[in-house]
Amino acid sequence: MTDTNIRFIQGNEVCVEAALYAGLDFFAGYPITPSSEIAEYMSSRLPALGGKFLQMEDEISSICAIIGASLTGHKVMTATSGPGFSLMQEAMGFAVMAEIPCVIVDVQRGGPSTGLPTHGSQGDIYQAKWGTHGDHAIIALTASTHQDLFRMTVEGFNLAETYRTPVILLFDEMSGHMREKVELPKSGEVQVVQRLRTSLPEGVDYHPYLPREDGRLPMSDFGGRHRYNVTGLYHDMWGFPTSDPKIIHGLIHHLVDKIENSVHQITHSKEYFLEDATCILVSYGSTARSALHIVKNRRNRGEKLGLLELQTLWPFPAQLVREKCAQAVSIVVVEMNMGQVVQEVKKAVDRPERVFLANRVDGEFITPTDIKNMLRLIQGRGV
Amino acid sequence: MSFRNYIRERFFPHLWCPGCGHGIVLNNMLRAVEELGLAKNELVMVSGIGCSSRISGYVDFHSLHTLHGRALAFAAGVKMSQPNLNVIVPMGDGDALAIGGNHFIHACRRNMDITAVIMNNRIYGMTGGQFSPLTGTGLKATTAPLETIDQTFDVVHMAIASGASYVARTTSYHFQEITKYLKQAINHKGFSAVEILSPCPTHFGRRNKLGGAVDMLEHLRDNTAQIGSKALEENPERIGRGVFVHKDTPEYCSEYERLIQAAHKG
Repeated sequence: MTDTNIRFIQGNEVCVEAALYAGLDFFAGYPITPSSEIAEYMSSRLPALGGKFLQMEDEISSICAIIGASLTGHKVMTATSGPGFSLMQEAMGFAVMAEIPCVIVDVQRGGPSTGLPTHGSQGDIYQAKWGTHGDHAIIALTASTHQDLFRMTVEGFNLAETYRTPVILLFDEMSGHMREKVELPKSGEVQVVQRLRTSLPEGVDYHPYLPREDGRLPMSDFGGRHRYNVTGLYHDMWGFPTSDPKIIHGLIHHLVDKIENSVHQITHSKEYFLEDATCILVSYGSTARSALHIVKNRRNRGEKLGLLELQTLWPFPAQLVREKCAQAVSIVVVEMNMGQVVQEVKKAVDRPERVFLANRVDGEFITPTDIKNMLRLIQGRGV
Repeated sequence: MSFRNYIRERFFPHLWCPGCGHGIVLNNMLRAVEELGLAKNELVMVSGIGCSSRISGYVDFHSLHTLHGRALAFAAGVKMSQPNLNVIVPMGDGDALAIGGNHFIHACRRNMDITAVIMNNRIYGMTGGQFSPLTGTGLKATTAPLETIDQTFDVVHMAIASGASYVARTTSYHFQEITKYLKQAINHKGFSAVEILSPCPTHFGRRNKLGGAVDMLEHLRDNTAQIGSKALEENPERIGRGVFVHKDTPEYCSEYERLIQAAHKG
């Protein structure tokens, strides 16, 4: 047998392999379908690597534990699904406010409430953006193939470190449980971003929340040579609570701007046949697979269909969508919810009356035939 | 001792009311740290939300001021990821045992080497005097204008039943015991829970006509007694002070290290 990195595994296991590739060495989680395999694989992989696995008493404590571990200098992640993702929202806001890198996987299932535990959905797109209270910016990524799921998981860790923020990986039950071929990259093949740490020596005042000229905040590990305060309250450059309006104004703008002003660098997407497309499908996650199928099928028949697959959902790449869809007669957003990304696409493009939704919300995976039937309706060709 | 070595003077004056018992806890906690000779760089204080939780900002350690009720969960991540660090978690009664009750019992059960300090003033002070699970019945609070009818529970019993391997109780009046028990708790390898009854004259005392700060401290003196003492035997209605549990139970981080070694061999 030759030495090969080709595997045939579940999306949840791909996520684990990618997280380890990115340098994760601390995971805390709580069992929930359809994400439990991530915790299971982590518990079997981490001890041999010297990493730490913690099964906590709930999802709240899971995300709190990874935030604590991130502060001591580790790359951390937790994984959950809808109900657990709801429980994590408050602590996610803490990580936003205190600017602590961490990765949160939401393997989406049908909601609201307990919903459809064993069926897929893409219903958490807006929760990822606005689930925690208060103004803030967030990064959320997704992927449609296992190869991309690997890449986006590594990218999630990279962006968490670069922007000192929680990053949400919005996968879904379909990709989480589907087995597919994936080639695990060799060490060095995919870029891995390491944490930016302060070079200030002991005895020199370290200001944990004083940005450098480039806007970045070098970190210092808890247990290291600099002692400082971390809080979820509005804080000054020392990390100490303040209610000074000037400082509050500056901090909220910093938290939002560091991400919203970097949309271009954070955006990942894929394009298929967009050059001359008169009808553009916009999709993401596992539904993009069905969308791509129908696009290729129609191209073979000479129809000018194209696909814009979004891999970065937040910050929403509005400019990219506007530019790519400028010439299209119709834009059809394919997603498995009651219409979430379609709202963002309507906001992004000129003449939003061109934008239609092709969705499925009954727990069954949206098929190419479903999309084909909806295209016939949209194009006025009946059913 | 010189407290200046251990506090962040920049962040003073503190926000506690005159007569609050929490300053006594801070004072004697710092004495414990000094007497143990702990390095400040190896000390992490993790707290939640409430009057007591602000203690973490005032000390010159690594300090993490988190969410209401979740301090022990953050602390688990800190300790597990860096077991060489000493982790102290000051909490209020509402913080530790209402919103944080589930984390508290599981932290006791897991037996990770963390020192939990429950500063029990029987009231939600920061939000203005609502009753807590430790208030007890027949008292007044802003959310119990007639009287409280909620039964209380015993923090010590709760910690013991949940598996904590070191459990002690004292009061802000018995300040020397604070230092003594905190030293034992920090040195103990396993989860320690130390309950410190601490007066809140502003919100608990005033509304219940318990007098001023001195009266409330004297109340703690007169209504508690060392466990095993004649005073407690003769007055069983008094609250027991002392060390209730001090035992060896496998510590979580050490047990995990054993798994790592086994995985390497496997």
